[in-house]
Amino acid sequence: MKDRRRKLQETLISLPSLFWLSLFFVVPTLFVFSVALRPANPYGGIAPGWTWANIRSLANPNYLVVAWRTVWISVASTLICIMLAVPISYYLARVSAKWKNVFLMLIIVPFWTNFLIRIFAWKVLLHPDGAIKKILAFSGLVSPQASLLYNAGAVVLITVYTFLPFTILPLYAAAEKFDFQLLEAARDLGARRFQAFAKIFLPGVRGGLITAVLFVFIPALGSYVIPDIVGGPGGEMLGNKIAQRVFVDRNLPQAAALSVVLILSVLAPLAAVLILQRKREKSPSLLEVNR
Amino acid sequence: MSEFLEFRNISKRFGSIQAVDSVSLGIKRGEFFSLLGPSGCGKTTMLRLAAGFGQPDKGRIVLDGQDITDLPPNKRQVNTIFQSYALFPHLTVWHNIAFGLQVAKKSKSDIQDEVRSMLRLIRMDDQADKKPGQLSGGQKQRVAIARALINKPQILLLDEPLAALDLKLRQRMLIELDMIHDQVGITFLYVTHDQGEAMSLSDRIAVMDSGRIEQVGSPAEIYETPRTSFVAAFIGDTNFLEGEVTGLVDNEYCQVRIADIPDVVCFNDKSMKPGNPVFLSIRPEKVHISRDRPEAATSLNVLPAVVEDMIYLGSQTKYWVRTHGLRIQVLRQHFRFFLDEKPIRWKDDVWIWWHGDDGFMLDRFRAGDEKLISLPPQKVGEFEDNGSS
Repeated sequence: MKDRRRKLQETLISLPSLFWLSLFFVVPTLFVFSVALRPANPYGGIAPGWTWANIRSLANPNYLVVAWRTVWISVASTLICIMLAVPISYYLARVSAKWKNVFLMLIIVPFWTNFLIRIFAWKVLLHPDGAIKKILAFSGLVSPQASLLYNAGAVVLITVYTFLPFTILPLYAAAEKFDFQLLEAARDLGARRFQAFAKIFLPGVRGGLITAVLFVFIPALGSYVIPDIVGGPGGEMLGNKIAQRVFVDRNLPQAAALSVVLILSVLAPLAAVLILQRKREKSPSLLEVNR
Repeated sequence: MSEFLEFRNISKRFGSIQAVDSVSLGIKRGEFFSLLGPSGCGKTTMLRLAAGFGQPDKGRIVLDGQDITDLPPNKRQVNTIFQSYALFPHLTVWHNIAFGLQVAKKSKSDIQDEVRSMLRLIRMDDQADKKPGQLSGGQKQRVAIARALINKPQILLLDEPLAALDLKLRQRMLIELDMIHDQVGITFLYVTHDQGEAMSLSDRIAVMDSGRIEQVGSPAEIYETPRTSFVAAFIGDTNFLEGEVTGLVDNEYCQVRIADIPDVVCFNDKSMKPGNPVFLSIRPEKVHISRDRPEAATSLNVLPAVVEDMIYLGSQTKYWVRTHGLRIQVLRQHFRFFLDEKPIRWKDDVWIWWHGDDGFMLDRFRAGDEKLISLPPQKVGEFEDNGSS
């Protein structure tokens, strides 16, 4: 009886957020799905009737190239971010309080400048006549003809730059809660420095790690601004293709079809994480019941 | 006798704090050795240096004839039991215990066998699949012990392992630790601030204060023959009496003037000469108290006194009496409960006496150590005085 009442209360409490999510997430998503199945009219609108043509047009090999590039740019950016953020957050959690504040400030300060301005700043930095290019060319690390801008590498670089703080912060929050004596214990039991790190520290900050991955990977999949400004034709991603369908071709249903692909590829890793977490939460409680 | 674990002239500084100050110490094979001292005395630093968490600024650490000073923790055959247990929260009991063997790349079947026998040793065979979060304090403690012992360390370091447990559990774990030490026969280095733990478990104790070792000896030596005022006051309770040797009774005893008492007899094991200043430590339970004057005997110091304070402790009563301006603690064991005996009360005139052997001369006296003795606040006594008059 009491349980039922609590359940009812919980449902009631979650109703507003359910309403919010339905109105601003589920409904628009379904709307996009439905537009993807409509024919386009020549004025950039949606014509009546239903068609598979938009979905079929996705088989275009050009899209495949862009989709593959979108995935690898996102994966590479995520990996680089995590590889940088893990040691940084480990260090941040261990450094004295005074320096910790300084470093955290340094991580947060860039946010005070507009995102677009920061990307344009990178354009200046990587300019063919810029200092970085000249130094690299002079030292023979890149050929004088090579461009640092307008390619996939530039997109990865700027994506990492943009999302690194979002990976550091959740990892730092997790590392801060980590009991570093556990690393001493591992070393004491014979683990080498790296073994202790991999077997004890990484599982210890698992939650922060998952959050950090999602914080880079999902926005990276949907990036539009970064490849648009620094990507060039060799750095185009799905987001750019969607924009082109809307602004250049004025074909909303085509854009919607591409969006469906993007939405599904964002939801897939999220669902995987959710299922994994569910499983982990369940297993110990199952054991408890058995005892 | 050769030492098994040896600290040779070790110094370690943290910022402005000299945590360990030129300490030399030897621990024998198979011994249960305790480092005892108040917090901040450097005992934990010594333990961490032995484990390899940090390098000494000066000095060497030698284990079984091998200099291990520069070895990292994973290269030392030394394992630690941490005060907070430091069990790996994401691993089960089984995997916690197996950790050391797994990183050592032992074969699966060996690991199975050894973990099973360890689980049996700590009597937790049926809890192998639990996570540390599901265990009680005592169980976590036992897992920590098993996890350390499975590596077959040459020496086991224990950092206040019982501090986080409640009293009853602590007493049980105390016995269990002692049994495990007897069973596995390896050397234990035990760090504690609890004199009771150190006294009951140890073969030998080193008492530490401010980064230095004050005294090393068996529990009985430490208690009965404290060399410094710190040792006397930190372990158990005591009375400090300051005086000057006035004459020699014979080869063994001398006379000491304390306050205005000219002839306190004291065992003269330090070969003091007349005119030498001395500090005596007299344990409260060595001082007797009675309404009746005892029969005179040689080497007995008998003084009239007035009771100022008393605390009933169940098996015994503690009195604070004043004699010749000195305040002395007396601990009296209750052997029998005589209903017809008139009990000693506040402001009563009594006799106190102790044997000359029980006043022990200290090598070194530091005035601050008197604070370690449990004195009742003067005001409480005065309040009682006013109440009765």
